[in-house]
This record gives sequence, structure tokens and C-alpha cells, in this order.
Amino acid sequence: MRYSQKGMAATENKNASGKSTTEGFVYLPLIVGWLVPGGGHFLLRKWGRGALLAISILSMFALGLAMQGRLYANAHDILEMLGLAGDLGSGLLYFVGRALGLGTESVQLTTADYGTRFIVVAGLLNVIAAVDAHNLRTGRKA
Amino acid sequence: MISPSHFASVVLFALFASVVFGITQRETPQRMFRYGIYCFALFVGSAIVLSWVMYAIAR
Repeated sequence: MRYSQKGMAATENKNASGKSTTEGFVYLPLIVGWLVPGGGHFLLRKWGRGALLAISILSMFALGLAMQGRLYANAHDILEMLGLAGDLGSGLLYFVGRALGLGTESVQLTTADYGTRFIVVAGLLNVIAAVDAHNLRTGRKA
Repeated sequence: MISPSHFASVVLFALFASVVFGITQRETPQRMFRYGIYCFALFVGSAIVLSWVMYAIAR
């Protein structure tokens, strides 16, 4: 049942191009955005936003690895579980990094600990970006 | 391997996080830019203030 009230739109939301926002698979930008940083925005032809998001997230992830940050691989305790959840937010970056054997060294320097946080936050920011792409797709955001 | 200073790490973190926050939390380019600047200033400013607070406590 669709919520309707006087003064509110009772019809489907429409995006800037006038195309109905409920056509097709609305979760595609969310999934693509999760797998590839900025990919959801590229799919919606938001080139500028997508490029800035991709550069920011990729740079943060790469800097984290360059600072000898660790990619979480196990979930033995609650902290590792949360770190792994954050890392998984990076989508393909995480899986490619793991496949290449990156981020496996133990943290021994302060900067390496910062690097680990950079990688986790890059994943969390990527989730925010993917949700934003989904909101653009559904017309919740212009 | 790179080993940036603590402050450089804060600035880099604030820069990238602010870009994402600005783009995702506001709708128009002008408001995105302003919100990004606001977040960046808050990130860096709060790091500096907290650093001085910890320095004062440690003394």
C-alpha cells in the first residue's frame, strides 16, 4: 500500500530524465557501487561525483596498504569481526587485495596501525557511496 | 612503504572522508563543497584540539 496524503506525490518518483525510478533492478547501483568504488554513480551517469568518490576511496585504500596496514582475514574476536566487516565494504578491492596477498604482515609500526584504519574507513565510505547511488536511483535524492 | 607523519595522516584522512561526506550528504554542488570544507575543518580542528588536551593531561 502506497502512502498518500494531500499535497504529497501519489505517483512513482521520477528522476531528472523523467524516467520512472522503479523501472528495472533498483539495487543494481547499490551492488555495483559496493563492488567498484564510484561504480554506482558511473552507472547513473554521475561522472563527476563518481570520479571524486572513486579517487577518494581508492586513494584511501591504497594509502592504507602503502602504510603497511593489515587486511582482516579472520573473525576470532569482536574487534576483528568489525574490522572484517569494514574491510568487506571495499568490495572487489578487498578480494583483489587478499588474492594478491597484500596486507598480510603483522602491524608493528604506528603508521601501519593508521594504515589498517585507512583500509577499514575506505570500506565504510564505499558503503556510504553505494547507498547514495541507491538513493539517486530510487529518486530519494536528486 | 610510506610513513607519513601523524599530522599528514590526519590531513589525508580528513580530505578523503570529507569528499565522500560532502558528495553523499548534500544535493547541490555548492552545498556539497561547503559541507566538505566544513567536515574537513572539523576533522582537522578536532584532532588539533584533542592533541593539545592530551598534551596538557600528560604534563
